[in-house]
Amino acid sequence: MSHAPIMPTEAPAVLEWPDNVKPEVAEAISHYPVKRSAVLPLLWIAQRTWGWCPPAALQLVARTAELPEPEVFGVATFYTMFNLQPVGRHHLQVCMTLSCSLMGADRLFKHLEHKLGIGHGETTADGRFTLRRVECLAACGGGPCMQVGLDYYEDLDLPKVDAILEKLK
Amino acid sequence: MSRGLLLFKDIDTPGLTGIETYRKLGGYESLAGTLGHKTPDECIEIVKSSGLRGRGGAGFPTGLKWSFVPKNSPKAKYIVCNADESEPGTFKDRELMVLNPHLLIEGMILAGYAIGANAGYIYFRGEFAYVQAIMDKGIAEARAAGLVGDNVFGSGFKFELYTHLGAGAYICGEETALLSSLEGFRGQPRLKPPFPAVEGLYACPTVVNNVETIMNVPHILKNGGAWYKQWGTDKSSGTKVLSVSGPVKRPGNYEIPLGLPLRTLIESPEYCGGMRDGLKVKGVIPGGSSVPVLPASLLDTGLDYESMNSAGTFLGSGGVIVIDDQTCMVDALWNLIRFYRHESCGKCTPCREGTYWMGEILERIEKGEGRDGDIDLLLDVANNIFGKSFCALGDAAAMPVQGMLKHFREEFEYHVKHKRCMVNRRRNAVMEVGA
Repeated sequence: MSHAPIMPTEAPAVLEWPDNVKPEVAEAISHYPVKRSAVLPLLWIAQRTWGWCPPAALQLVARTAELPEPEVFGVATFYTMFNLQPVGRHHLQVCMTLSCSLMGADRLFKHLEHKLGIGHGETTADGRFTLRRVECLAACGGGPCMQVGLDYYEDLDLPKVDAILEKLK
Repeated sequence: MSRGLLLFKDIDTPGLTGIETYRKLGGYESLAGTLGHKTPDECIEIVKSSGLRGRGGAGFPTGLKWSFVPKNSPKAKYIVCNADESEPGTFKDRELMVLNPHLLIEGMILAGYAIGANAGYIYFRGEFAYVQAIMDKGIAEARAAGLVGDNVFGSGFKFELYTHLGAGAYICGEETALLSSLEGFRGQPRLKPPFPAVEGLYACPTVVNNVETIMNVPHILKNGGAWYKQWGTDKSSGTKVLSVSGPVKRPGNYEIPLGLPLRTLIESPEYCGGMRDGLKVKGVIPGGSSVPVLPASLLDTGLDYESMNSAGTFLGSGGVIVIDDQTCMVDALWNLIRFYRHESCGKCTPCREGTYWMGEILERIEKGEGRDGDIDLLLDVANNIFGKSFCALGDAAAMPVQGMLKHFREEFEYHVKHKRCMVNRRRNAVMEVGA
């Protein structure tokens, strides 16, 4: 279950799909015999378009998939990867499950907290990083590992993580 | 080195992700030799005769699963590939798909043909967006080559293949929850029966198979069931990809003949090469985090379905987590139960509440606040989840507790009595980060 709080205060009231995204929306819907199936792909498109899923984006997905809004809100809050609040430019997701923990994930996470001055679920004041503990990323043989946005980084240690942060402007 | 016998055999060939290299190595020959040459029923019989069992965790015979799809149903039929790979300790499907996407595509077309499905979906966990991109590129190549679409290989067989991205939910690896998610609902499991083979996706007959299972299909249909049995044991035939993690010298994916002793996998220089940094093996979770742990004294157990069952555990998904002698088992178990507590979908009470309370008890034992009776209470909660939850997630959360208390109970008792770990090389870091 996602435990992310919803309904941040700063969010656009109404959203429409930008013209350059419309073909992608139509393509996603065409993959399924039932429109509702496109809810997850549409939420992903919304998140790529706006960087997160503001309430107006969830309403737009509901209109597009011809569903009642609460249905889409229910789906979006169930999955952990839809950002219902804005996140930083780089979303650091550190795996904390056993295989990674055995290889030093806890120390790595503590290091990131100290270095960035933020804790789990928080974003740096400059909007550059959001830090999050996550569960298993299916990269156990490369533990400790983290995902930044959609990219995997494996076999991490403290110097490697520092070097990665340097590159993420 | 022996990274593979079959699925991993040519996997490091440069350019294998492209259709040309894949075909040069014999790719899509199985499809060419099947369409128009073998009936769907013959395909099912060949897969049955190979003894192939589901590689995602449950180990159900694949051919038998296919044969449950009603032949005369007027409804559409679907083949769905479970690429959710969410079982902690398991990372084989990701590597298989990234390095050899066309083998999965060929397998999906063949599986679709065998069960009479004209459409297939590959369901990825949300973190695998980049894997989805690789697979989409492969599907586009296959479509351009006439291998996916209205007329596969000019045989008249129609097959469409799509990818679908989840968004972060362990439960979606459970096949009925996966189907709910694919239909655009919260990923919660559904009552079985009806089984997906009868009423699955959109209430139509559906087969859900794991990536590794599907990838075996082209090889089996090309070479025959008896050929596949050259590897493995009588009842566990073929090869299995094992994902090894933890402080071994060379963690990673190794494709072994089923039946190989667990000790060989961990200690042999051909595979993991033993432990790092002077550490010793304390226990091994052999089949993904959901199966009971084995103590070091059972390392000679064979890695096949039956031997693992005799040792009181399961081969599962093949996610081998090696735990060293400097790790506190209370800490390790608390880590796993936090995972299940986070991932319980909330639908049924035993799992939702039980995982919460197991986490509470383990946290206080680990923090040195354990009370007399806590260990029995923990076991009682686990036993009351096991077999009483709506889907297998509850059992998956209970079995690690049952296994740990069976083999390492003295460490838990020590923790309650002395208010500290017997050993724990990671304690400071773990306690600072907390839950």
